[in-house]
Amino acid sequence: MPNHFVSVEGLTKKYPSKNGELVVFEDANFTIEKGEFVCIIGHSGCGKSTILNVLAGLDSPTGGNIIMDGKEVIGPSLDRGVVFQNYSLLPWLSTLHNVSFGVKARWPQWSKQQVEAHSSKFLEMVGLAHSLHKKPSELSGGMRQRVSIARAFATSPKLLLLDEPFGALDALTRGVIQDELIKIWNETHQTVFMITHDVDEAILLADRILLMTNGPDARVAESVKISIERPRNRANIIEDPGYYKIRNHLVNFLIKRSGQLSGSDTGRGEPPKLVDPANSHLSAEQIRTQSEDSTSLAVKAAS
Amino acid sequence: MASLNVRATLVSLLILVLLLGLWEALNQPPAATEALTEFELLMGGADDEARVPPPSAVLQHAWHELSNPFYDAGPNDKGIGIQLAYSLLRVLTGYFGAALIAIPLGFVIGMSPLMHKALNPFIQVLRPISPLAWMPLALFIIKDSEQSAIFVIFICSIWPMLINTAFGVANVREDWIRVAQTHELSHLQTAFQVILPAAAPTILTGMRISIGIAWLVIVAAEMLVGGTGIGYYVWNEWNNLDLNSVIFSILMIGVVGMVLDMALGRIEKLVQYEE
Ligand SMILES: Nc1ncnc2c1ncn2[C@@H]1O[C@H](COP(=O)(O)OP(=O)(O)OP(=O)(O)O)[C@@H](O)[C@H]1O
Ligand SMILES: [Mg+2]
Repeated sequence: MPNHFVSVEGLTKKYPSKNGELVVFEDANFTIEKGEFVCIIGHSGCGKSTILNVLAGLDSPTGGNIIMDGKEVIGPSLDRGVVFQNYSLLPWLSTLHNVSFGVKARWPQWSKQQVEAHSSKFLEMVGLAHSLHKKPSELSGGMRQRVSIARAFATSPKLLLLDEPFGALDALTRGVIQDELIKIWNETHQTVFMITHDVDEAILLADRILLMTNGPDARVAESVKISIERPRNRANIIEDPGYYKIRNHLVNFLIKRSGQLSGSDTGRGEPPKLVDPANSHLSAEQIRTQSEDSTSLAVKAAS
Repeated sequence: MASLNVRATLVSLLILVLLLGLWEALNQPPAATEALTEFELLMGGADDEARVPPPSAVLQHAWHELSNPFYDAGPNDKGIGIQLAYSLLRVLTGYFGAALIAIPLGFVIGMSPLMHKALNPFIQVLRPISPLAWMPLALFIIKDSEQSAIFVIFICSIWPMLINTAFGVANVREDWIRVAQTHELSHLQTAFQVILPAAAPTILTGMRISIGIAWLVIVAAEMLVGGTGIGYYVWNEWNNLDLNSVIFSILMIGVVGMVLDMALGRIEKLVQYEE
């Protein structure tokens, strides 16, 4: 336990509601290693954003705790950078100043030139070298999200939290920014925790994917290892022998097991089941046919 | 096709000429058949009916006044520029005094739901009071007509600024506050770097409403307290039955009010942002 970079223990979030209380998730346990890229997938409303906000320290849990780098997470901190779903740029600041805003907060002792040079470097990495002095309202949705990503990476947080960063973008833009995210991540090797709805995006980016069951009373049920070599890119990743095994496993979970497992007591309070579909002895076809017996499957795949 | 601006200007000019023409035509004194008494002269002619001076007379008077706006020939005879300057000085003193209190207090009310709930009843009761209703009390307590007028300006300009600031601050997007939090900004840094720029357009709108109200109220206040200022000047010229001066100063009040509004409008544009 103490060796994990981030460990989430017994995390619970409840909201008071008209009839008693709404349990968003209960007793969630998972870990993140240093330098790891972890994605979390689950149906809408299962509590992904809630987990991310608790990790960010913007929201406090009803129970359980989060230890990062040996310290408990209490309140927001520059150690945890957040990219919000709706970009959250400050509209009265230029692109450059939106990034330097964060850099200045991170290194208050830096000179103005240092701050600007560092900020422009990160904006260049996401291909915005020519838009330094534009206001967010003059940028497209994709460009705004790039600024937001640059802002988060530029402060070099120990943990980066991305809440569906590409949710509002069209497929083409999404692809381009995914490539940029891979590029910037390759250069910095930061630890990333990212929410997504897109299975292919998760396989492309993640070292490991956490799967959540449907809410309310959701759980982090499985932890799927993505055994595909890096560097990956969108063109050749589908040729990897493990790709479809992983993809089928994820889709199968989302269509079938996420609903079946929801509210059941199997594996409650335990860490998520480790699965490595690419290296499992089950073929993709077998996974599809055997999925009726949903709960036993996860165990087999793990063995 | 000329641009919209050019056409609009033409229509404006046309309306102006029509109005002035109508005014001029309807207000010619009838040709005098016998020598007029002094009273008849004052009232614009030998007619039973009192007449408003025609625009030509007002313009002539305006030219005369504006060619030497700052002369000072005793307490009852000062140039229009001096009178306006007195009024402006009072308005700006009361107005900035109000801003100094309203904006920080608005921040407090906007940021703290407790203070909002606690102060709201006071605001709701005090706000609808006509600023002039404070005048007797102000005169009694302050014992100085000049400062009482400033106090009346203060009290009437405080509400729009206070309410707009509180509203703007309370409605700053949650996301922007979260950005400040994740960057570990202190409360003071958050207030100046995030909340102030975010709420600035709303605050400026309040300031613009306030300066308009203050300029409306100063005329009435000066009619009450007397001494100096454009309000006093209008009333004094009415007592002198100098309708040329009355109409001229009414126009000047309008022009100065417009300039004040335009100045605030400029600043409002500067802090405006697009989402
Ligand atoms: N402030 C709140 N009060 C009450 N219930 C809330 C509150 N915030 C969130 N919830 C509930 O918690 C649940 C999880 O919400 P959350 O935003 O974390 O979902 P999500 O997994 O991020 O969904 P999506 O994929 O649509 O973004 C929802 O059922 C929501 O109704
Ligand atoms: Mg969400």
